[in-house]
Amino acid sequence: MNLKLKALTKSIWVFHVSTGSCNNCDIEILDCLTPRFDVERFGIQLVGSARHADALLVTGIVNKKSLPRLRRIYEQLPKPCVVVAVGQCAISQHMFRFGYNAPQTLDKVLPVDLYIPGCPPKPEAMIDGIVKLVNKLKGVK
Amino acid sequence: MSHRVIVPIGPYHPLQDEPEFFQLYVEGERVVDIDIHIGYNHRGIEKLAELNHYDQVAYLVERICGICSSSHPYAYVLAVEDILGGEKNIVPERALYIRTIVDELQRIHSHLLWLGLAGHFIGYNTVWMWAWRYREPVLDCFEIMTGNRNNYAMFKVGGVRRDIKDEDIPVLKKTLDEVAPALEMFRGAVMDDPVIQARLKGIGILTKQQSIDWGVLGPTARASGLNIDVRKDEPYGACDRIKWNVIVENAGDVFAKTVLRVLEMQESVSMIRQCIDKIPKGPVDADVKDIPPGDGLGRVEAPRGECLHYILSDGTNRPVRHKIRAPSFMNVASNKVACVGGTISDAAITLAAVDPCYCCTERLAVINKSDNKKIMSGWDLIKLSQEKTNKIKEELKSA
Amino acid sequence: MDIRERIKEGLGKKILEWKEHSARRIYFTVDSKDIVNTAEFLFKKLGLRFATASGMETLSGFEILYHFTLDKTGEYFTARIFIKGKENPEVDSLACLFPAAEWIEREMWELLGIRFLGHPNLKHLILTEEWPEGDYPLRHKNES
Repeated sequence: MNLKLKALTKSIWVFHVSTGSCNNCDIEILDCLTPRFDVERFGIQLVGSARHADALLVTGIVNKKSLPRLRRIYEQLPKPCVVVAVGQCAISQHMFRFGYNAPQTLDKVLPVDLYIPGCPPKPEAMIDGIVKLVNKLKGVK
Repeated sequence: MSHRVIVPIGPYHPLQDEPEFFQLYVEGERVVDIDIHIGYNHRGIEKLAELNHYDQVAYLVERICGICSSSHPYAYVLAVEDILGGEKNIVPERALYIRTIVDELQRIHSHLLWLGLAGHFIGYNTVWMWAWRYREPVLDCFEIMTGNRNNYAMFKVGGVRRDIKDEDIPVLKKTLDEVAPALEMFRGAVMDDPVIQARLKGIGILTKQQSIDWGVLGPTARASGLNIDVRKDEPYGACDRIKWNVIVENAGDVFAKTVLRVLEMQESVSMIRQCIDKIPKGPVDADVKDIPPGDGLGRVEAPRGECLHYILSDGTNRPVRHKIRAPSFMNVASNKVACVGGTISDAAITLAAVDPCYCCTERLAVINKSDNKKIMSGWDLIKLSQEKTNKIKEELKSA
Repeated sequence: MDIRERIKEGLGKKILEWKEHSARRIYFTVDSKDIVNTAEFLFKKLGLRFATASGMETLSGFEILYHFTLDKTGEYFTARIFIKGKENPEVDSLACLFPAAEWIEREMWELLGIRFLGHPNLKHLILTEEWPEGDYPLRHKNES
């Protein structure tokens, strides 16, 4: 198991990008930082630049305008990294998949390690997802 | 000295690096021009609405924006009911009160969200944490009443989809009792703090004539002296059955917008209390079956302004044309005049003051007019804004 | 004088059709070459607020609805214009009268292909710059 990723599980720094979402998932992500859920006590921090991040949280349908931007951000992330698809839009484009501005789903663009379903997923669901990811990285079943 | 700055103005994603949304052209410290790019959240909803039938469209429009998640379906439902003859002629009484309760609770949570982000932008992170902490009981209320914290799925043509149970009413009252003193605390904190006044007064002024020319809406317009509020102009739900006031300020600056939103939240608490006391028993759904051909216009006062939906029906079970106009479409465009003339350390808070629903706007870049290049990263603009607050604090301390 | 009478008197023969759907919804049709004068009268003389405009493709051309409102009474006055033909639809821009029309005309141009003559900045607003020319998403291309 990749040593760096294993070390990272102690304190994951996340970078968040929205690629065409209604912002519900984005606000629920920010909600995780607020006093009720407070993920900072687990060492999870939201960072300002992709170059400092270990995990990429993606919300939204990945529409045509945000696709090049998403690719650029992924290139800036120091590898190895994990990609998390948050919300139904990031998983399957939800009801927008028949639209003219939704060319492909997220997992055709980036290798996704974790899917968190929901519209929007509750902060508890997101924390549960992160715990599952951390266990997977550590090799714990 | 000219410099370029990249500023991510998305309060909801304060961490974005790439493509600009707002290009600010600066000379020295002053902003001389601004170019606004949107479309990063465009999902083609108007076209999708033509593929779905009327009940499915209510589900679709809920996801236009996550924060004003009840305003869009409400405006859509009013547009369809307009074809049928008007909300008051179709919808049962109890449903009108339930609609207003959901609408006003949404206003409280949306303004608290904005308050937290504005606090973060000017360096008052405690305000951010406290405002969002008091959002939680409101979201819990939604979860108990509707089943979800954010996408309520309450509105349907002819009424509401779920009734409020009697055992939920005490929970609602308890939430309001918890939030009301917090709002009083925010009011004192905002209106009496000399640093906040020095930081926000006179910043990002939008005059009354500019507000009229640019067609701005909501708190942005009311802060500039325009007395427009859909709840007063064309009452919907239970708004004409309860007593409440339209809050209007005249200064047009960011301070006026902040004060206005805090006062509006207190007004909303009073409105919900009145609705709970007056709500009658009865059915909540009129069971509408067919939509006849015709045009319908529906509008509600979302937390950001008037949200307008237009439906053209031809008698089938799908709309022929659905036009959606969110309030931020008009408000964000007005930043062209509000930001110009200010400094870049004020740019972040000015752009955030219209409370853009970031489903249409996300980021910002500042460009030097002479050589068209950018410099700083996202945090820097917010940092500039926070540094200015610290400077003001020092000046006031030594004064 | 009632606002409706003032509109009828001010616009006179320009109004081709007048329909009152309900107490607060009035729709009237004008010729597409009269739209600037109509908008100027409604906005500047009567002080109505410009809410938005919605474009649509019809069987023989395009239709644009301009929605104006009198906030005091909550009434909506919608001016309807028809543009015949689908090849090169064009109409005069209202952006010279009030900047509130700038963005909505850009959106109608990129989604429907209607050209607004005299618009100061007719370029893409919500679609990407590389969107193929001639591809207008809101048109009924492949539908029967």
